Amino acid sequence: MNDAIARLGAGTLTFLATLGRSGHLLIRSLLLIPGWRDLARISLQIFSVGVKSLVIIVVAGFFIGMVLGLQGYTNLVRFGAEAALGPFVALSLVRELGPVVSALLFAGRAGSSLTAEIGLMKATEQLAGMELMAVDPLRRIVTPRFWAGFISMPLLAAIFTAVGIIGAYLVGVSWLGVDGGSFWSGMQDSVDFQKDILNGVVKSLVFGFVVTWIAVFRGYDTLPTSEGISRSTTQTVVHSSLAVLGLDFILTALMFGELN
Amino acid sequence: MQGNKATRDEGDSHVRIEDMHFHRGERAIFNGISLDIPRGKITAIMGPSGTGKTTLLRLIGGQLIPSAGAIHFDGENIPELGRSALYRVRRKMGVLFQSGALFTDMSVYDNVAFPLRENTSLPEAVIRNIVLMKLEAVGLRGARNLMPAELSGGMSRRAALARAIALDPEIIMYDEPFAGQDPISMGVVVRLVKSLNETLGLTSVVVTHDVQEVSSIADYIYVFAGGKVIGQGTPEQMRADQTPRVSQFMQGLPDGPVPFHYPAPDFEQDLMGADSHE
Ligand SMILES: Nc1ncnc2c1ncn2[C@@H]1O[C@H](COP(=O)(O)OP(=O)(O)OP(=O)(O)O)[C@@H](O)[C@H]1O
Ligand SMILES: [Mg+2]
Repeated sequence: MNDAIARLGAGTLTFLATLGRSGHLLIRSLLLIPGWRDLARISLQIFSVGVKSLVIIVVAGFFIGMVLGLQGYTNLVRFGAEAALGPFVALSLVRELGPVVSALLFAGRAGSSLTAEIGLMKATEQLAGMELMAVDPLRRIVTPRFWAGFISMPLLAAIFTAVGIIGAYLVGVSWLGVDGGSFWSGMQDSVDFQKDILNGVVKSLVFGFVVTWIAVFRGYDTLPTSEGISRSTTQTVVHSSLAVLGLDFILTALMFGELN
Repeated sequence: MQGNKATRDEGDSHVRIEDMHFHRGERAIFNGISLDIPRGKITAIMGPSGTGKTTLLRLIGGQLIPSAGAIHFDGENIPELGRSALYRVRRKMGVLFQSGALFTDMSVYDNVAFPLRENTSLPEAVIRNIVLMKLEAVGLRGARNLMPAELSGGMSRRAALARAIALDPEIIMYDEPFAGQDPISMGVVVRLVKSLNETLGLTSVVVTHDVQEVSSIADYIYVFAGGKVIGQGTPEQMRADQTPRVSQFMQGLPDGPVPFHYPAPDFEQDLMGADSHE
């Protein structure tokens, strides 16, 4: 019993200390005002964080869209409501699946590689070396990756959603014979720019922020050994996936729920 | 700060460490050491593996903060400097890391160009000339397009050396520059250290185990053990030093007062499982 309390206390302290260090990292790297060179670095990182995630985003979006088309059709057709397929698919993707699934994929693809990359730089003394060359590793390494993740995430989610809709169109309209006109017009009528699209973008901004923060912090804070790096990489994927799902519930409740 | 300060020649020392203590957890790495690194001279730091030679360089570079004592660099106390002042001071330092610490995602050329690009606004053509000059000095001009993963251990150390001197620092700290070099490149590195010191008047700190090599170029030698300075002097004085601990080290004898082992319980008891793991 005493042991359990002691462990709980120790666990809480570790958690708070980690939170403090990550907050410190966040504030210090975001307070740096980007100059021209930083912009070049950010775009380079958008390539390695964002562009290199495109394949998995597009493929996954396409399949999820096809599944949505299939499931939506088989369920809606029983009520003779297959004309509602367009709105059904679009709303699911724009509000939920687009931001959430692309954030989960992003955590697995880009988050883990960010952690591993920064962690390896730490373990091989590259960060320490940079510091002694009077170059701030936060500015040079962490800040550009941060912004890159933040900027890439909403774009990836948008691409995911668009590809998903195409997948659903392919299955629903081309294969199963739903009327193409009603597919698109139903979608246009029911998707609201502010309520649905903007809220979806807000979600993916939040997810991009949180996933990148966790990934960058885990890399920067890693134990400088191979075991430490592999543990941090795992932690990045687990923690950021859980954070995305938890935050999604909160954001959904605030945006669409009756709670407010 | 200290009574004997006035008696020392103030203008002569580039780095002055006064009664510095440093701990890693419970373990004291430095237990009140004082040393002077004279300007424009080659100072060698020697001592058994694990005594804290690398740690000392990190303390001078301001990456670690001592628990007590002062580290004066050009009269400024490093542990008390703010972030921007510290970065300003670091521009005057070159450090060769024990591991080389080359950036793995850049070619040798870009590695050497890195401090120039980051800390100066020189045009790329000038940077190119400087980089080629530095690479020529370490014999790696032809390897400039290789990535660090394609270099051998000794080559990466020399590439890192070229990077450390890229900015023409006022002081350069070499952590084991001779390790992993064949006799030829060893000679090159030894002469390079010497000539950088002579031609540019660079203050040089050389951490090394190579008693022979370093005796030939060092102006002054410090030997550490157990968190203290156990001996110091010119190479001749050190060779003549009859203190058992110093002579054991200079002659490389395994048995003697300087412990070869990391602190450990009695070997025999250990084998008998006296503190068997739970
Ligand atoms: N990050 C760290 N955390 C805890 N202890 C450390 C750390 N780095 C080094 N130490 C300890 O500090 C001591 C001094 O290490 P240091 O690397 O300075 O030794 P060294 O004199 O450079 O040895 P070598 O000649 O083998 O390079 C070692 O005993 C090591 O156990
Ligand atoms: Mg060392």
